[in-house]
Amino acid sequence: MTETTQQTSETRRMLSEFWFYFSENRGAVIGLCVFMALVVIAIFAPLLAPHSPTVQNRDAFLVPPVWQEGGMSSFLLGTDAVGRDILSRLIFGARQSLVIGIVVVTIALFGGIILGLIAGFFGGWVDTVIMRVMDVILAFPSLLLALVMVAILGPGLMNAMIAIAIVLQPHFARLTRAAVMTERNKEYVMAARVAGAGRLRLMFKTILPNCLAPLIVQGTLSFSNAVLDAAALGFLGMGAQPPTPEWGTMLAEAREFILRAWWVVTFPGLAILVTVLAINLVGDGLRDALDPKLKRS
Amino acid sequence: MIRFLLGRFAYLVPTFIGITIVAFGFVRLLPGDPVLLMAGERGISPERHAQLTEQLGYDRPIWVQYFEFVGNLFQGDFGNSLSTKKPVLDEFLTLFPATIELGLIAILIATLVGIPLGVFAAIKRGSVFDQVSMGAALVGYSMPIFWWGLLLIIFFSGILGWTPVSGRIDLLYFFPNGTGFMLWDSLASGQSGAFTSAVRHLILPSIVLATIPMAVIARQSRSAMLEVLSEDYVRTARAKGMSPFRVVGIHALRNALIPVITTIGLQIGVLMAGAILTETIFSWPGIGKWMIDSISRRDYPSVQGGLLLMAGVVMIVNLIVDLLYGVINPRIRHK
Amino acid sequence: MKLAHLLAASSLALMAGAAAQAKTLVYCSEGSPEGFDAAPYTAGTTLDASGKTVYNRLVEFDLGTTNVVPSLAESYEVSEDGLEYTFKLRPGVKFHTTDYFTPTRDMNADDVIFSFNRQGDESSPWHQYIAGISYEYYSGMEMPAVIKEIQKVDDLTVKFVLTRPEAPFLANLAMSFASIVSKEYADQLEAAGTMEDLNNAPIGTGPFKFVAYQKDAVIRYQAHDDYWKGREKIDDLVFAITTDPAVRMQKLQAGECHIMPYPAPADLEALKADENLTVMEQAGLNVAYLAYNTTVAPFDKPEVRKALNMAMNKQAIVDAVFQGTGQLAKNPIPPTMWSYNDAVVDTTYDPEAAKQMLADAGVSDLSMEIWAMPVQRPYMPNARRTAEMLQEDFSKIGVNVEIVSYEWGEYLAKSTDPARKGAVILGWTGDNGDPDNFLAVLLGCAATGDGGANRAQWCNEEFDALIQKAKVTSDQAERTKLYEEAQVIFKDQNPWATLGHSTVFMPMSKKVTGYVMDPLGTHNFTGVDIAE
Repeated sequence: MTETTQQTSETRRMLSEFWFYFSENRGAVIGLCVFMALVVIAIFAPLLAPHSPTVQNRDAFLVPPVWQEGGMSSFLLGTDAVGRDILSRLIFGARQSLVIGIVVVTIALFGGIILGLIAGFFGGWVDTVIMRVMDVILAFPSLLLALVMVAILGPGLMNAMIAIAIVLQPHFARLTRAAVMTERNKEYVMAARVAGAGRLRLMFKTILPNCLAPLIVQGTLSFSNAVLDAAALGFLGMGAQPPTPEWGTMLAEAREFILRAWWVVTFPGLAILVTVLAINLVGDGLRDALDPKLKRS
Repeated sequence: MIRFLLGRFAYLVPTFIGITIVAFGFVRLLPGDPVLLMAGERGISPERHAQLTEQLGYDRPIWVQYFEFVGNLFQGDFGNSLSTKKPVLDEFLTLFPATIELGLIAILIATLVGIPLGVFAAIKRGSVFDQVSMGAALVGYSMPIFWWGLLLIIFFSGILGWTPVSGRIDLLYFFPNGTGFMLWDSLASGQSGAFTSAVRHLILPSIVLATIPMAVIARQSRSAMLEVLSEDYVRTARAKGMSPFRVVGIHALRNALIPVITTIGLQIGVLMAGAILTETIFSWPGIGKWMIDSISRRDYPSVQGGLLLMAGVVMIVNLIVDLLYGVINPRIRHK
Repeated sequence: MKLAHLLAASSLALMAGAAAQAKTLVYCSEGSPEGFDAAPYTAGTTLDASGKTVYNRLVEFDLGTTNVVPSLAESYEVSEDGLEYTFKLRPGVKFHTTDYFTPTRDMNADDVIFSFNRQGDESSPWHQYIAGISYEYYSGMEMPAVIKEIQKVDDLTVKFVLTRPEAPFLANLAMSFASIVSKEYADQLEAAGTMEDLNNAPIGTGPFKFVAYQKDAVIRYQAHDDYWKGREKIDDLVFAITTDPAVRMQKLQAGECHIMPYPAPADLEALKADENLTVMEQAGLNVAYLAYNTTVAPFDKPEVRKALNMAMNKQAIVDAVFQGTGQLAKNPIPPTMWSYNDAVVDTTYDPEAAKQMLADAGVSDLSMEIWAMPVQRPYMPNARRTAEMLQEDFSKIGVNVEIVSYEWGEYLAKSTDPARKGAVILGWTGDNGDPDNFLAVLLGCAATGDGGANRAQWCNEEFDALIQKAKVTSDQAERTKLYEEAQVIFKDQNPWATLGHSTVFMPMSKKVTGYVMDPLGTHNFTGVDIAE
């Protein structure tokens, strides 16, 4: 009983210390706010969007944004080639991007942690095999590998997410393994081992929590990478398929209008940039707050 | 040193085997039958289909195909492209100079802009310059470059008309016996205007490709510099009244650059991925675009060979970076 | 490598000598050719770069029409029974003289026989002169089954003996795969052990001779000085390979090229408004369709297919997808083709009636797949957008549509599966201007089944009998009647929804004169000039 209370107060202290450092970073706080706003937009998309993202207004093809001549007040950011409201598509697109980030990071994180733990803890040939496989994955340019994988699995958002998760996953495995290797011989682990802790318990309860910090930082990095890569795949026609309002796919569809309708090209890209930027700002903040070495520099 | 070298090579062998398995296996898993693709909308009779499949050797057991594939690799045979029927290696080598040229110029821009940016930001830590340049670096780092490329085209080629839209050089110039490196060829040809034309064609694609590495290098340089600046010997030098720029020039910069070099090396893989997008946007006749085309054409041997060769290039560059790092920083060698 | 040196020498001389004065036409082509031998390839891009520039054929399509006229053959005769075609060759036709080949004789019967036999005779060393090569058009046009024998009567006379009367045969001989190559050059390459150069450095009798190719970038040609029809007005022809339509347009506007194919529909307005450009247009010899699988319930019922066709607002699709670059289609063949039956009335757009018809047919809560091609084709600018619009239309009559797409190769394969569920968006561009090339290839009973081009799996005995009869009839008036009748049956049965025929546009600089659009969709630069 007392042990748990001690633990909670310890956690609370760490959290408040973390928040102290994190909130010192203005960029990170801004990033977090933008990110939260995105989450809200994604959750309440059906309420916020003025139109359905897929309904085609057949009498309003390629309407420019409202402030430009010919714009219509019902379509704030204009419409695309089949008369869909761009603002609504962007709002619903936030859902796609967040889902992509969450799913990819979850898959990559779990896969990577498990592989890294196994490799680091068992060592020997198990370690060699796993790490060599990771080396092989990392030897290919990530986007190319993802592209070929999507070509194999078939174009689509789910397959794109799986492919991206697979190419991002070695980073987690490497980090976890490295952390396990250093932690493994530390006193507290030795002590736990002597006390008779099982291997699984050692791996998950004792070692893992101590190497969470770099994993969290890597996780945010991967989140933004996932959003970018998924958009790139969508742009190349291999990601989410139309009419899904995914931003990269919207850009791919808009390419033919590059000189005629700047708004169909500009806004989806801007949405990707803002999202990725916000996440990277948060990532920077997290790194500074979690990494004691860089904390004071 | 030799032991270190041998060790590094030995380490590469299993990775290389893994790469061949992945390249071969992935391509075999690709759905869609190249024979059917050749037939197009017309369709093809089952007999003719079987005949062509046999002709291409796709009817044999997969492991036979694999060992033949690896065996041929050692003779420098990467197979023939299904669409052009030419050796994949030849196709790769014809197009590779275009990608190398673009990549080298991009990494040059990224380094020449990124390092000074990062270093100055570190020296002037907390200043407006630091904040603006690091803000810009973060934006660059977050940039969807395919969109960035489109914006630049709209602005510089479409609205201002300053840069050509695509291609590597004006069609007026023609170097049939060239090296494939347009900057070099145009200079060597001595034709007036050729070099300028090549440069003008290279500007936008290389800026787009340089964007992310530039941001990474700038950020990395800044934090490496900050770290060095906080070390005792630098503080001492500063305390002795040395001007900050001398401190930086003499002591800090060299030490700060060591991790930056690794970063630059690691950007090669990023560049390769970036080349796929950049070349697609600018119709740049390099291997990135060739890979995309080959994937969509189901050109099995080309995808396979291309995957292998690109991975090979990344591996070799990483090896060189490793060795370079070992040379600059002797401590590594003995670890 | 040796070749490269030779090319280098020649072109440098070219640059130095005439760089200022040479008339150069720059064509922003849409893709890289697969090779320069016109026989093994089917892509229009490849045929433009080889068949139409470098080579001639025995007979050719009169430029701007689908009429077959003599070319390398001065004249021809068809025997009474339709089984023997005798060609009298034109004397004095010169092959290209280049740095890599100097012809010692004029074109003769040996060249003709070689050009066909290498495709048909599997024992010829030239049949597989490049590993994995195959002659898709030669077999696709059923030449192995049709040609019994090719005889050399004398040096300038060649006789084709057929196994059966084949009305489209002459039109087939006008296609690029039937290009006449130089046997002398081939022999020389064979002796030198560089057979693959037939595909890399072509020699033909055509208006332009090949100079150099830089992969994915540029192809260069020069006018053939001794061309039998007379030298071309332009000196150099350059294909600047530019895959992106938006980029092609920008290059055209920037004066980096003179003429371009396949503009993006969205850009047409801007192109037409540009005062330095003219935009030529012509109805394409093509059709885009939605093929139901007529062997799978409930699409096996003609009234269900008809109801669905009535539910689609085809005009809206033509407007939004083709953006003014297409026209409504009611028949499976385009209106520019002979035998087009203009008396056929298209199904009317009437969602209410369609709903009723579905209910009458006992179909409710129908869910179906619509397959959308992942690529843009000349007959269909954007299949995805079309599918989305069909989805909307069908939802209004209570039919739930799921849009499916596969990678292009897979799409082509899976769509021929006889058990396929769902309707497929696809299309066709004519090869030789013969209605048989649409109706038999796409809707004949022989084309059903796995791997066949009849994606509706539609085998209607009455229809099939008509087109089979038309195929062996040589009288065109009679054939016309048969095909017209077949189109009526087609409309009555609705195996497809005919979505549209696209219009083909060729934007070009106002300086370009004499360009003639080919209804068959190829790009020819004979007779073109550039005004100063």
